Amino acid sequence: SYRSVSIPPQVRQYVVQVVFSVTFAFSCTMFELIIFEILGVLNSTSRYFHWKLNLYVILLVLIFVVPFYIGYFVVSNIRLLQRQRLLFSCVVWFTFMYFFWKLGDPFPILSPKHGILSIEQLISRVGVIGVTLMALLSGFGAVNCPYTYMSYFLRNVTDSDILALERRLLQTMDMIVSKKKRIAMTRRQMYQRGEEQNKQTGFWGMIKSVTSSPSGSENLSVIQQEVDALEELSRQLFLETVDLQATKERIEYSKTFQGKYFNFLGYFFSIYCVWKIFMVKFWSQHISFILVGIIIVTSIRGLLITLTKFFYAISSSKSSNVIVLVLAQIMGMYFVSSVLLMRMSMPLEYRTIVTEVLGELQFNFYHRWFDVIFLVSALSSILFLYLAHKQAPEKHMTL
Amino acid sequence: MASLDRVKVLVLGDSGVGKSSVVHLLCQNQVLGNPSWTVGCSVDVRVHDYREGTPEEKTYYIELWDVGGSVGSASSVKSTRAVFYNFVNGIILVHDLTNKKSSQNLYPWSLEALSKDSSPTGIIVSNGDYDREQFAENSVPLLLIGTKFDQIPENKRNDVLTRTAFLSEDFNAEEINLDCTNPRYLAAGSSNAVKLSRFFDKVETSVKIKCMQSFTDRRRFNFKSLHND
Repeated sequence: SYRSVSIPPQVRQYVVQVVFSVTFAFSCTMFELIIFEILGVLNSTSRYFHWKLNLYVILLVLIFVVPFYIGYFVVSNIRLLQRQRLLFSCVVWFTFMYFFWKLGDPFPILSPKHGILSIEQLISRVGVIGVTLMALLSGFGAVNCPYTYMSYFLRNVTDSDILALERRLLQTMDMIVSKKKRIAMTRRQMYQRGEEQNKQTGFWGMIKSVTSSPSGSENLSVIQQEVDALEELSRQLFLETVDLQATKERIEYSKTFQGKYFNFLGYFFSIYCVWKIFMVKFWSQHISFILVGIIIVTSIRGLLITLTKFFYAISSSKSSNVIVLVLAQIMGMYFVSSVLLMRMSMPLEYRTIVTEVLGELQFNFYHRWFDVIFLVSALSSILFLYLAHKQAPEKHMTL
Repeated sequence: MASLDRVKVLVLGDSGVGKSSVVHLLCQNQVLGNPSWTVGCSVDVRVHDYREGTPEEKTYYIELWDVGGSVGSASSVKSTRAVFYNFVNGIILVHDLTNKKSSQNLYPWSLEALSKDSSPTGIIVSNGDYDREQFAENSVPLLLIGTKFDQIPENKRNDVLTRTAFLSEDFNAEEINLDCTNPRYLAAGSSNAVKLSRFFDKVETSVKIKCMQSFTDRRRFNFKSLHND
C-alpha cells in the first residue's frame, strides 16, 4: 500500500525541518556513493573526496548539531530552565559527549595507534550505537515482516465480528452518556436545593437542613467511579475495533495482486532471513550484495514509515520538535552503520574504498556485534509475537 | 434510534488544538487542569436551558462527543471512528488559531463527519472535495471555535481574525475565538456566550423539527398501510 512520508504539520520550527532534511540528504548520499563505487561512476579521486566530505558533514551533524538542538528544545519545554536555555543546552550537550566518549571503553573498537582527535574515534562510537539499532530493528523486522504479510498468520476476521464490537462500543458510550446526564441532573438539583436551603432561616429552617439527606454527593462519587471504568472500557473497545479493521484491510489487501506479490516476497525473504539467522554462506557475494541492497532500500522506506507512525502516535505540539530531532539522530546513525556493515556483503574489490575512508576500524567486531544483537532481537521478537498471537484469538472468542 | 430527548453534538478538530479543554469548559464551567491524549471518543454533557425565560423553556442535556485523532489517520482508525458520526444534531469545529494547518483541516473533518452521517438530513458528498454550495444546503448546525487566542501577538490579530471570518463564511457558521485556560471568554452575557446559546438553540430546534418530521412520516406510513389493507 502506498503511504507518503512527510514531515507532519505540527513541526513549525524551520531549523528542525532543515536539520532533519540535511541528515536525510547526506545519509542517502552515502548510499549513492557506494553505488557509484560499484558502477565506476565519477573519477576515483573525486569519489574519495566526496566520501570524506560527506562523512565529515554527517559526523558534524550527528555529534554536534542534532544533540545540541535536542537539548535546546527539551530545555525549552521545561519552564524552570527556560530563562537560561543556551546555558542548560550546553550542559546537556557536554553530558551527552561524556557518555558518548565513555562508549569507547567497553568495546574493542579501536587499535591503539589512533590519536585521540582522529576521526576514527567518532565513527567508531557512532558505529556502535547505529549497529545496535540496526541489529535490533533487523531482528524484529526479520520476524515481523513474514508474520505481517504472510496470509498463513492472518487471523480470520469477518464483518460480523467488527459489527459486534462496534455495537458494544456504542452501547458503552450510551451508558457513559446516561450516567453523565444523571450526574449533571443531580448536581443541578443540589445547586437549586442549596439556593432554597439558603433562603430557609429561623428555627424550622435549621431543623429542615438537619433532616434533609446529604446523599446527593455520595451518589455522585459512586456514579463517577462507574463512569471512569466505562470510559476505560470504551477506550479498549475502540482500540480493539481499530485492530480488527486493520486486520480485515490486510486480509483484503492480501487478495489483491500487489498483496499476493508481497506475500510471495514475504515467503522468499523469510527464508533468506532464516538463512541469515543460521549464517550459512553458500551464495556468492555479488548476489548477497544485491539482496542486501534491496533490504536496505525497503528498510529505509520501512524505517521512515515506522518513524512517521511512531511520531503521529506520540507527538504533541510541545514535544514534536524533540521527537523529529531524535528521529533524525536515529536515522543518521542507522545509515552510517549500514555503510559499515555493508562492507561485509560487498565484493572484495569494493571494500577497499570503505576501509580507506572509514579508517582502520575493527570491522570484525561490528559484524560479530551485529550478529549477536540480531539473534537476540529476532528470538525475543519471535517470543513476543507468539505470546501476542496466542492471546488475541481468545480475546475475540469471548464476544 | 434517535430518541426524543437526545441531542448529540460532535466536537471535531486536529489533535492538540484543545477540543478536550473546550468540552470541559463548556460542560463543567471549569478549566481543564491536565489535558491528555484522547483515545477514541470522550463524551460530556452540557446542561442547556432552551429559550430561557419564555413559556417554551425546557432543559436539555446536550451530549458533546469529542472524537480524537487527525485527518491523516490510518483508514482503520477512520472506519472505526465513523460509528460516532451517526444521528448528529450539530457539529462544533475546533481549530488552533496559531496553527493554520489545523484550520485548513476543518474542511476534511467536516466532510468526513457529514458524509458518514446516516440520518436522512445529512448531506451525501460523493467526490470528497469541498463544495461551498453543499455547505449552504447543509442542515446540521455548525459552530467554529478558535483556541489559543491569547497566544497570538497583537500585530497578527487582524490577519487571524480575517482568516477566521473567511472560514465562518465558508462553513456558514458562527465563530468564537477564545483561550481555554480563561473562563472569562465565555462569561454570561458576553457576545461569545450569546453565540454559544444561539448555536445550541438552533441545534435543539433542528432536533424538534426532525422529531416532528419522523412523527408525520410515521403517521403517513400508518395511513398508507391502512389504505392498502
